[in-house]
Amino acid sequence: MTSLAGGYGPTQVLYDVSVEVGEGEIVGLLGRNGMGKTTTISTMFGLLAPSSGSISFDGAQIAGHRPFQISRRGLSLVPEGRQVFPLLTVQQNLEATVRASVSGDRRWTVGTVFELFPQLADRRQNLGVHLSGGEQQMLAIGRALVMNPRLLVLDEATEGLAPTVRAAIFAVLRILKEQGQSILIVDAYLQKLLTLTDRNVVIEKGRTVWSGTTEDLIASPGVADRYLGVGV
Amino acid sequence: MQLFVEQTLNGLQLGFTLLMVSAGLTLIFGIMNIINLAHGSLFMVGAFVAADVGGRTGNYAVALLAGTAAAAVVGMFVEFVLIRRLYLRDHLDQVLATFALVLMANEAVQMIWGTRPGGVSTPAFLDRTVTVFPGLPYPAYRLAIIAAGIAAISSLYLLVDRTRIGMWIRAGTTHRELLGAFGVNVRLLYTLVFAIGAGLAGFAGVVASPFLSVESGVGDNFLILSFVVIVVGGIGSLKGAVYGSLLLGLVDTWARTYLPLGFDGFLDASTAATVGASVASASIYVVMIVVLVVKPNGLFGLPDG
Repeated sequence: MTSLAGGYGPTQVLYDVSVEVGEGEIVGLLGRNGMGKTTTISTMFGLLAPSSGSISFDGAQIAGHRPFQISRRGLSLVPEGRQVFPLLTVQQNLEATVRASVSGDRRWTVGTVFELFPQLADRRQNLGVHLSGGEQQMLAIGRALVMNPRLLVLDEATEGLAPTVRAAIFAVLRILKEQGQSILIVDAYLQKLLTLTDRNVVIEKGRTVWSGTTEDLIASPGVADRYLGVGV
Repeated sequence: MQLFVEQTLNGLQLGFTLLMVSAGLTLIFGIMNIINLAHGSLFMVGAFVAADVGGRTGNYAVALLAGTAAAAVVGMFVEFVLIRRLYLRDHLDQVLATFALVLMANEAVQMIWGTRPGGVSTPAFLDRTVTVFPGLPYPAYRLAIIAAGIAAISSLYLLVDRTRIGMWIRAGTTHRELLGAFGVNVRLLYTLVFAIGAGLAGFAGVVASPFLSVESGVGDNFLILSFVVIVVGGIGSLKGAVYGSLLLGLVDTWARTYLPLGFDGFLDASTAATVGASVASASIYVVMIVVLVVKPNGLFGLPDG
């Protein structure tokens, strides 16, 4: 997406955000809280309308399209706060979204997600509302995977999770990386995140202020210091 | 005892009729967050179209099908033209707009069918009585309504509980906005839900019409009762609609039968009848108040937030 601007009704949050994710690439979307990361993602998925700028996916313009049209092109979302469907069982949460990829591939099914997260398989008949935070996060990831996306977008992949659960989630993300899954990820645990990402985009106050490879980011500690308030 | 069995069956029949109206209302309110005062008008559309078609063909089954389909199609049209503009409006706007629909619908049926409407006669094979209890012949048609209600609600339950569309419907009750990001065409889903609700209301309108005088505004009374049902049962809950409808159908029927008898003990007959009937018509509201005091979100309502 290029020079994206937008926000919530009259409240402009994004001014000039550009993010690019290549095939098979993992890109970190960095920035402090309230800088527009979630707004960027919501706009990408058509949940918010951009006021200007362009979003292209696979060569097609998708800005202004409706969310279901965008997602059917091969984008899937692990939303902030997990947002599993509370009135559906674990199994139904997955069955509700399962679909073949744009190219007809069905690598991820309810079954293969259960292999990836055996803990979920044990709770398949439980309602979403009864899961622990970690299980909800696993389910949210599984729910996005069964859509067999070309681009998986994770907004706050491990927020509020215990360290062991966080490590388990990162282990799964690493498996996805090895399989060549393209991912755009937001996560507060920078050091862990940078072991995963190929490139990173830093946004501040609704503008892209830095983008480059993970090596470059680590090599220029001033960037993290200045925009993220942490050392690398 | 015969009186009790008879009135209980009458109560169940009213309950299932109410359920077919309130199931749609609670789905539409719970999922789409729309207060649809015109839901009773869809009941009316079903009754009128069935009366018309039944009068022409003399075939109950055709009339039932036509009334149900007409209500579903009108519902779909109304959703497309009006309701989808109201999703993001507040409830007052929705009430005003759908109340306007009620007025328009009431006039429209008079313009089309006149003030002296026909009625649907019960199909011949149900136009008899069945002895359900020693010494108690009971109209087969009323039993058929109970059976039809059970069938209709079971189908709806299976749709919501077992199918993918049902999963989306349930997902949509809590995550309306987000559902689109999972590839679901939410607008189309809502049109479908609205049409299902409308079709059920129309179906109820047809099956109930042999007991009613089919006239302009015939669904309005059912609408009010249905709102009480969904508030008692818990807004958006199908299970709540089932329990709420049956509870209120029974309470209303029992109260209308027994309260006048009760007052008979210490009032003269005609006063007892009047007072009893007045108190009876308030009985469901007493139930509503009691339920809301104990469970503010209704019997099966989700907690706030």
